[in-house]
Amino acid sequence: MSTTVIQIITLITTAISFGTVILFGSLGEILTEKSGHLNLGVPGIMYLGGIGGLIGSFLYENASASPVPFVGMLVALAGTLICSVLGGLIYSFLTVTLRANQNVTGLTLTILGSGVANFFGGSLSKLAGGVGQISVPATSSAFCATQKLSDALVALVSKGASSSGFLRVLGGVLDGFDKVFLSYGFMVYVAVIIAILLSLFINRTSKGLNLRAVGENPATADAAGINVIRYKYLATCTGAAISGLGGLYYVMDYINGTWANDGNIEALGWLAVALVIFATWKPLRSIWGAYLFGALYWLYNYIPGLTRSMQEVFKMLPYAVTIIVLIMVSLRHKKEDLPPSSLGLSYFREDR
Amino acid sequence: MIHISKRVDFTLFKGKAAWMNRFIGWGIRLLAVALSLVVCGVLIYALTKLNPVKVYAVMANGVFGTTRRVWAWLRDLALLLCISVGLAPAFKMRFWNIGAEGQVLVGGIATAACMIYMGGMNIPTPLLLLIMAATSIVAGAIWGIIPALFKARWNTNETLFTLMMNYIAIQLTSYFIPKWEHPKGSNTVGLINAGTQAGWFPSFMSKEALAKLDPNAWYTGLLKNTVGQPYLLNVLIVIAIVLFMFFYLKKSKHGYEIAVVGQSENTARYAAMNVKKVIVRTMTLSGAICGLGGFLAVAGADHTISAATAGGRGFVAIIVAWLAKFNTFVMILISAVLVFLEKGAIAIASEFSLSNDVSHIIKGIILFFILGSEFFINYQIKFTGKSGRRADK
Repeated sequence: MSTTVIQIITLITTAISFGTVILFGSLGEILTEKSGHLNLGVPGIMYLGGIGGLIGSFLYENASASPVPFVGMLVALAGTLICSVLGGLIYSFLTVTLRANQNVTGLTLTILGSGVANFFGGSLSKLAGGVGQISVPATSSAFCATQKLSDALVALVSKGASSSGFLRVLGGVLDGFDKVFLSYGFMVYVAVIIAILLSLFINRTSKGLNLRAVGENPATADAAGINVIRYKYLATCTGAAISGLGGLYYVMDYINGTWANDGNIEALGWLAVALVIFATWKPLRSIWGAYLFGALYWLYNYIPGLTRSMQEVFKMLPYAVTIIVLIMVSLRHKKEDLPPSSLGLSYFREDR
Repeated sequence: MIHISKRVDFTLFKGKAAWMNRFIGWGIRLLAVALSLVVCGVLIYALTKLNPVKVYAVMANGVFGTTRRVWAWLRDLALLLCISVGLAPAFKMRFWNIGAEGQVLVGGIATAACMIYMGGMNIPTPLLLLIMAATSIVAGAIWGIIPALFKARWNTNETLFTLMMNYIAIQLTSYFIPKWEHPKGSNTVGLINAGTQAGWFPSFMSKEALAKLDPNAWYTGLLKNTVGQPYLLNVLIVIAIVLFMFFYLKKSKHGYEIAVVGQSENTARYAAMNVKKVIVRTMTLSGAICGLGGFLAVAGADHTISAATAGGRGFVAIIVAWLAKFNTFVMILISAVLVFLEKGAIAIASEFSLSNDVSHIIKGIILFFILGSEFFINYQIKFTGKSGRRADK
């Protein structure tokens, strides 16, 4: 294969694995925002999800002499779900039951989440009596087991490649296909499946319709007999669980089961909030949106002759594109592209 | 069953003066802070196995132990307060300016640029500081005007727009860092004008002048601890801003217009106010003051610039401004407590070799408690017993 093709393939794979982190984050946030709650705590919840999984698997791997990757994965998953749903519960208790301001509560959740995560990420191995950087190799291996389904096929074809020109091309295509679509940990596919399920749920089920009604006009939904409080709680907590998976994927797959105290999760969390806008609150659109963001973010690696300064300008692209989309949406004012109309407002039945 | 309704008065003070009700409101908030300190104490005990009272003593010593520490506290307090005060008019107008972080950063970039390019020109310090302040104000104002224009013209969502502008500003900072890096290859800007200290906030009395004072005179220590300190200018600038903003919001025509637009844009339009003009004007002011915050951070504290110059203060300030209900004097109190907690938690962390991030945990817990307490001020809960259940049927 020529270098350009190889470069394009690496850009795509980088974009997809990077995009998956923000895809999880944005899917959770879409579900939450559909109930009318703008949760600016997504970075915090992704932090909580990441550290929850890491703590769980760390305790497991420390306790067992020869940790089984699959069990470690289950423990990590449980840790993530518990921690991120806990974050969602704090947020929904404050904003739904106590009707606190959503923006302020979300930002506080981000502060708390980053504090908890970086605190334990930095000092967990020390608290447990160990030294050095926290690391969970066994669990991480379960997450990034790159299943190359077509490996055997590729090997077979490339064996005959020297003899036949057709087979050589086929081998190249297969190899490219393999790299672009099949070289990731399983969570990349989980994210896509969740996106499709979420889209079906929101657009095709009566529960989804109820949820949209709650987000558009809670008073009307309430009058129609929908339990507004329950929908808001469930949407926020499920959303938090999905967003938390983004943190788990980042920790276990993207940085291979360790902790980096570099604020990356926070930056990715805000990118996830941006992606919700970019996708105009549609789960399916956020799949390719996430990969596009990933490609835009890493584009600077593939443009020759950039100074370090110019590289930073290129990293601005996802945010700039989001602003442009935001402006376009408000310009066109198409009904199906607008945010849920009660987004950010708390609901009190006795308000007139 | 439980019945929740909007509170008009506290039962105890039914029909009495408003200040009495406000008094109870603050009582509830104080109770929330006390409760959160108990929770934090339990948490600290769990982590360090130390007497929480002793830990709080370590905190107090870490913040107020020496004159130097007190001034560091005042410096950080001034910066947080400056940003919070800058956000107040925007929030009072119900314009969610989440972009303070970015506005501070562009102000900081402008300040650093002036220090780097004009530092060698031998401009007298007051004039140089004025130029730096002016450019930082302009930079912050531009960062505030952009989302405001779109909000005013096309009703573009300002929460998300300003949020994105933060990251544009962060990348912009990263763009300048390699250009200004010192020493080469460090990927940091380093102390700007470390030798000449051009553009740094001066102390009002130099060390030589202080040394000439009679060491036995009663005023010597006082002067040393006030005008001899480098951060006095930060504090003075912010006091001026706080006073200005208090009167601007409470007593000026502009402040009244902001309040009306915040309550209801339709009412404002009916009263023949130019809503678009008010939005753009207010955000210009808001961005300008946040930009000045960048000037304080770079020229008055760090003497360098990095993507962490704003350090999340832009987000914390949002919470301060909201909790203070746009009252600039209440903001002093809240930011004082928050900066105390932050610095105190860092003191605990270094004393017991924990990570500094413990300060974010404590901050988060306390803010959650205060946020939750607002509910008990704004709503009243009645336990109606069985009769209520019958009424439901």
